[in-house]
Amino acid sequence: MSANQDGTNLLEVRGLTKIFGTLTACDHIDLDIARGEIHALLGENGAGKSTLVKMLFGSLEPNSGEIFWNGQAVRITSPGVAKKLGIGMVFQHFSLFEALTAAENIALSLDDGSPISSIAAKARALSYSYGLPLDPESMVGDLSVGERQRIEIIRCLLQTPQLIILDEPTSVLTPQEADKLFETLERLRSEGKSILYISHRLEEVKRICDRATVLRHGKVVGHCNPREETAASLARMMVGNEVQAVVRAPVEGIETAQPLLEIRGLTRKPATPFSIPLRNISLNVRAGEVIGIAGVAGNGQGEFFESVSGEVLQQDAASVRIRGKDAGGLTITGRRLLGAAFVPEERLGHGAAPRMKLSENLLLSRHATDGKAFVGTGGMVKSGAIYAASQRIIAAMDVRKSAPDPEAAALSGGNLQKFIVGRELDRRPSVMVVNQPTWGVDAGAAAHIRQALIELSRSGSAVLVISQDLDELFEISDAIAVMHNGELSKAMPIAEATFEKVGLLMGGAEPGHAEHTLETA
Amino acid sequence: MDITVNILLTIATAATPLLIAAIGELVVERSGVLNLGVEGMMIMGAVGGFGAGYLTGSPWIGLLAAIAMGALFSLLFAVMTLSLATNQVATGLSLTLLGLGLSGMMGTSFVGQPGERLPNLDIPGLTSLPVIGRLLFGQDPIFYISIALTAAVMWFLFKTRTGLTLRSIGDSHASAHALGIKVIRYRYLSVIFGGACAGLAGGHLSLVYTPQWVENMTAGRGWIALALVVFASWRPWRVLAGAYIFGAVWIGQLHAQAFGIPVPSQMLSSLPYLATIVVLVLISRNKRLTMMNTPASLGQPFVPDR
Repeated sequence: MSANQDGTNLLEVRGLTKIFGTLTACDHIDLDIARGEIHALLGENGAGKSTLVKMLFGSLEPNSGEIFWNGQAVRITSPGVAKKLGIGMVFQHFSLFEALTAAENIALSLDDGSPISSIAAKARALSYSYGLPLDPESMVGDLSVGERQRIEIIRCLLQTPQLIILDEPTSVLTPQEADKLFETLERLRSEGKSILYISHRLEEVKRICDRATVLRHGKVVGHCNPREETAASLARMMVGNEVQAVVRAPVEGIETAQPLLEIRGLTRKPATPFSIPLRNISLNVRAGEVIGIAGVAGNGQGEFFESVSGEVLQQDAASVRIRGKDAGGLTITGRRLLGAAFVPEERLGHGAAPRMKLSENLLLSRHATDGKAFVGTGGMVKSGAIYAASQRIIAAMDVRKSAPDPEAAALSGGNLQKFIVGRELDRRPSVMVVNQPTWGVDAGAAAHIRQALIELSRSGSAVLVISQDLDELFEISDAIAVMHNGELSKAMPIAEATFEKVGLLMGGAEPGHAEHTLETA
Repeated sequence: MDITVNILLTIATAATPLLIAAIGELVVERSGVLNLGVEGMMIMGAVGGFGAGYLTGSPWIGLLAAIAMGALFSLLFAVMTLSLATNQVATGLSLTLLGLGLSGMMGTSFVGQPGERLPNLDIPGLTSLPVIGRLLFGQDPIFYISIALTAAVMWFLFKTRTGLTLRSIGDSHASAHALGIKVIRYRYLSVIFGGACAGLAGGHLSLVYTPQWVENMTAGRGWIALALVVFASWRPWRVLAGAYIFGAVWIGQLHAQAFGIPVPSQMLSSLPYLATIVVLVLISRNKRLTMMNTPASLGQPFVPDR
């Protein structure tokens, strides 16, 4: 596939280095991208993929190293320079304006001075020709994540770039939407464009990429042809050693077990004009099982978690029941006292107070439930006890840190997540609700967290996991329910669930009406 | 009939400084910057405008000096909040306090001096028309500037690419930066524009409204302008409506007090504030529209990665 026109690669990177303080995020990176190839950039979270890409797109300046574009040495000092060269980028986060229309969003990234009215027509034409239908007049805040990504792609294509960088494009898509994206990418490749495809999903890299460069701890650890590798061998290159497989023993007689968490007709109005209402959600989680909730981001999972955890109270106290007691009107602390534990999606700000020490963060979530252990007479904090407990959690979850009791913000995302999950597991809660348990966590730590959640359930607790990562849900769940547009499907036993079935539900289809939705998707 | 015309003219005069200061602040806030120093920039414009007019004998030079003074003073805010990323609320408040103190000091020798007044428009044949003549063709120049400015800002924000870019920065500076938009430069220019407008509004007070220098003569108008922007959900025509409602009720209650209506004067004095808030809240009932017009990055400092 690497059909060089004149012997030079489209892009060559030599010795690119970026240092943040004491951390070398990218350490002498070499990378070649040929014309008309889909090149994968593989690596775990924190391996330096995003930093490298930001340097290629001009958002960050390298400390040293060279970039050659069509054989010419170039300095990419700003995103504007990158665009002029012919580098386009489809971002994973933070690049659309919610309060503007799709056409306005596209217009902003084109500097050719063409009037906004003509951009809408161009965007519409281009979007249909690539099979990514788009209404230019719609407000971005009203669109689904998949639709937003279409805007990003169209926006990028309108600049007719030679190299398109895609950062984790499928992390927010249903499997069916991802298939559509792959078709678009293959079409772009056939037009001679090059694509740098960043992902940690090995199966899709094997499926569409011609070559791969693997990063680990900021260094290139290998180049390979992903089609000749197995998912396991790619994972080994990324992680550096074997990843422990998660073991889940099937549960017996769960139908007769007592439901510890009951959601009955949970309904909630949208909190802001751009958020999703919850529509009559019902679900039982029994002692001994893990139930997974799948769904594309932004379909009400966040709102659902807030309602279940007590961040937002319900009018109807019986809509959330914990261990047989109405909890809908109780605050987070009230629900914790009933034996529930919660791990929210945002680690900093929700899961932990960034500028407080780990031991203090432990106290924040457990002062009520473990009052006697951590708070003495007259409200004095037993600092020795909370320190000892936090060290116990750090050891149990293998939290890597630079000081004995660092501030939460000083930990990497994955390590902080291990601590937060560990803090709740340490209580042996009878109901555990987790939103995105392993988001941004490296593979080894993710396996550790997943195994711990399974073990908690097998010891007689009810575990509810909300995740966008389907692989994860299939690994740990005994049943999977799908959230779409604020509605929750019935939980499907894992033996009956397939990627295809779950994917269709994620796209809003009822099982059995698959064909129809594929056409409109 | 003459009384009606006179009342309408006084309403316009009362509303004009509010409108100009608020339109300037609207542009600043649309770019995502919250400058609470409007009152301070306004009073600096008032003292600068009066002083330059008094010393040169030309109110037109006074007008230019007022604009320059407001712009210069806002530059201080811009350097602090945009280049040094200080807290916008604290910096804006100190700008107001600094402006009030500094203007008092600069103006000590102006107190009690007769100032220059900008002449009203006088077009032979048109200004002398009955009723509409004085309303349309016989007001002070800053009145016409204020209306033109409102229309121009509306056109700029919603019809031009640069205006779209400015709004996008207010919605998400991180996204704008990722697109290669020069966030800090846009914000500098917005803040300076807002300062120039506040200075002009202050100049209206000391060159038209009451052509003399009195310490603290802005009397909270800068704060009202700030409130107007928020209650008008960052939309120019609503700012215009708000400023004129405020002006109308303000003048109305003055007349009511003069007639000796048996209502405590404090109640009457609070009416303009109340009426403006009620009307603007009523026209902002559409929550969705308000959310869409609220600059999401308002007040957040922007520090790009290096």
